[in-house]
Amino acid sequence: MGSKTLTRADLADAVVRKIGLPRNESQELVELVLSEISVTLSRGENVKLSSFGSFGVRDKGRRIGRNPKTGEEVPITPRRVLIFRPSNIMKDRINSGLTRPTAAE
Amino acid sequence: MIKSELIQKIAAANPHLYHRDIERIVNVIFDEIVDALARGDRVELRGFGAFTVKHRPPRQGRNPRTGASVAVDEKFVPFFKTGKELREKLNKTKPQA
Repeated sequence: MGSKTLTRADLADAVVRKIGLPRNESQELVELVLSEISVTLSRGENVKLSSFGSFGVRDKGRRIGRNPKTGEEVPITPRRVLIFRPSNIMKDRINSGLTRPTAAE
Repeated sequence: MIKSELIQKIAAANPHLYHRDIERIVNVIFDEIVDALARGDRVELRGFGAFTVKHRPPRQGRNPRTGASVAVDEKFVPFFKTGKELREKLNKTKPQA
């Protein structure tokens, strides 16, 4: 099982390699894709990317939490959280990549 | 917003690129993320979030209808943790309605 961490730079690299765009332009496009998704989500709108998955926004109401260390009750303010639901295609690709005993890295 | 609308927006900001190429670029980006996860790697996009894979070990499950016990194979599930910046952005506009 791999243990590398990919970053924006690796995604931009893939665009350079597979599309043949210059590096700086590829970096800008990766950034633009992420920021369009972020802006849409922060408007409260969901983002569905077929074959990848969907990002949804959920509103959570006020509730009482507890500081696990002190046992003290603290109010948790209403907030908006993001949920990601992977597509079946993504789940299948990950499982077929990892559950089969991978002989060599 | 669906993928075609995302592509549309990227295209509007990049009039010098062919629409078809924008489509390919967007697909390359998401495929690259899935490929990484399928290798067991993680993908960390600062400010946006991180995609990781969680391992669910094999377990003895039960058919809730019959009560029969069934073996459930191990599986790997993708997981997304929202980045700090995006989390704060989501909460900038008050969710109270």
